Amino acid sequence: MRGTGPRMTKGMWSRILPIPTVVLAILILWYAAAIWLNAPRAEALMDPDQPHGFWAVAQACWSMDRPVLPAPDQIVSTLADSIFGYPLSSPRNLLLQAGYTAEAASVGLALGLAFGIALAVGIIHIRTLDRSVMPWVIASQTIPILAIAPMLVVALGVMGITGLTPKATIVAYLTFFPVTVGMVKGFRTPDPLQLDLMRTYSAGRATVFAKLRWPASMAFLFPSLKVAVALAVTGAIVAEMPTGAQVGLGARLLAGSYYGQTIMMWSALVMASLLAVFGLLLVSLAERGLVALRGGRL
Amino acid sequence: MAGAALLFCTLARTNLDSFGTVPWLMAAIGLVLMMTAMSLFARGDSRADRLASPILFGLLVVWLWEMLVVGLHVPFVILPPPSAIARAIWRSRSLLQIDFAQTYLHSVVAGYAIGCGAGFLLALAIDRSPFLQRGLTPLGNLISAMPIIGIAPIMVMWFGFGWPSKAAVVVLMTVFPMLVNTRAGLASTDAMERDLMRTFAAGYWQTLLHLRLPAAMPMIFNALKLNSTLALIGAVVAEFFGTPIRGMGFRISTEAARMNLDVVWATITVAAVAGSLSFALIATVERLVTFWHPSLRSPDKA
Repeated sequence: MRGTGPRMTKGMWSRILPIPTVVLAILILWYAAAIWLNAPRAEALMDPDQPHGFWAVAQACWSMDRPVLPAPDQIVSTLADSIFGYPLSSPRNLLLQAGYTAEAASVGLALGLAFGIALAVGIIHIRTLDRSVMPWVIASQTIPILAIAPMLVVALGVMGITGLTPKATIVAYLTFFPVTVGMVKGFRTPDPLQLDLMRTYSAGRATVFAKLRWPASMAFLFPSLKVAVALAVTGAIVAEMPTGAQVGLGARLLAGSYYGQTIMMWSALVMASLLAVFGLLLVSLAERGLVALRGGRL
Repeated sequence: MAGAALLFCTLARTNLDSFGTVPWLMAAIGLVLMMTAMSLFARGDSRADRLASPILFGLLVVWLWEMLVVGLHVPFVILPPPSAIARAIWRSRSLLQIDFAQTYLHSVVAGYAIGCGAGFLLALAIDRSPFLQRGLTPLGNLISAMPIIGIAPIMVMWFGFGWPSKAAVVVLMTVFPMLVNTRAGLASTDAMERDLMRTFAAGYWQTLLHLRLPAAMPMIFNALKLNSTLALIGAVVAEFFGTPIRGMGFRISTEAARMNLDVVWATITVAAVAGSLSFALIATVERLVTFWHPSLRSPDKA
């Protein structure tokens, strides 16, 4: 990686150029690391009698069947193959698996959002709730809920509740926290002057909420939502990991780990990352839409 | 408050065994009394009042949990009552201790220290180069939104079943939040403050040490707190993919498979207590370091 270039001070090049440069550097490092990590096993697989140069070893490292670290192009081609090479209904299609994960993540996110906002509304209006529940909302996140996830799935499975419900529950538990904290802050942003103005209009609590607090909280909703989306994808994947899980990216990861199919694991991981990025993109689009609707500000 | 505690104790003792109409009635009365007490405490403003209502709420939840689970005959596999969990903690305390040492003292502490340290140093390094800042900041943001936990099986494959593989997962999970937050913290000083430092003829390092690092502390502590939870999650989940026969993740997955749900919940309790205590420790240090920050000075934190 190189430092500041000679003419990096102004113009759009200085904004655009750094990102591809860093990506390129990461790719070069990745290929180098693939040689370094795969070389011992790749050389063992090659014909010992025939002399082979560095280039031959490198190529062997980048095209192994079960590499320690697969080369980026192997991951991309496996990903492309699993998306376009199988019909959408086949369990080998990663798009279908990502769909299952996305379903759990989005249903859970919707539940978490609803619960988080409801709790925030309660907390700002009822003093008892504010004092007694808020510390526990914060404490609830120091519990490693993801660690309970597999157990919850197993326990609910015993009761005959399988599929979407346990996964969505875990995602909802993970996502309500950033929403509650953000929305409590957001509902409290209107300053005393604005609240007094509402009082001069003899506005009731409901009106103050609908016309002042709710619109003011939107600026806090979207950052919270971005955190929640990332958490939702993570939660859904971990919820798919316990033994017995059949569908979803988490199950693919687990299967890959059992059978030593490293390329499959990496492609599932890349697919999961794409899913998270896609979710973030949707949130940003919604944010931009609302900003446009409100005439340029949130 | 003592009265409330006494009431709680008597109610908790009477309601556990038989569930006729009378205990239910008493439970309802107790519930109303406790909620009244809570709202009374919430109105007060002294230190004791501020502590009392969350504690009462916690007791209320535990008590309701016990009552409902026993009273409604909820199956043990769904949710064991708190009393059974407490017994399990006492019964398997030596086991829990071994798990705690393996998961927390080895994987979490090592991974957390390396991850946070690396994130901090990386942030300082890219702070000097605007080129790297522009290139790495969007990538860092992107990566911290990704489900990094998925890398756990790969790390177990690379570093083996022992604790180093768990520490590696923890490092990867904690490094990016630290990097992003430190970067944001270092950028939080405004031009006026930096100009003032320049009028003092302060160099880069002096400005960093006396202005920018102290200003970055709230964000850095944010990352430290966030990472304390992430680290525990990373270590526990990584243990699902293979571990020597100890560790919290191992205990949870094997005991869940054997339907010993009380031991599972006992492990979770240990994890929760460890997580909360680490969080509290970091929050205390934060209070000492960033005493000047508005959020710590105002009496009622918004």
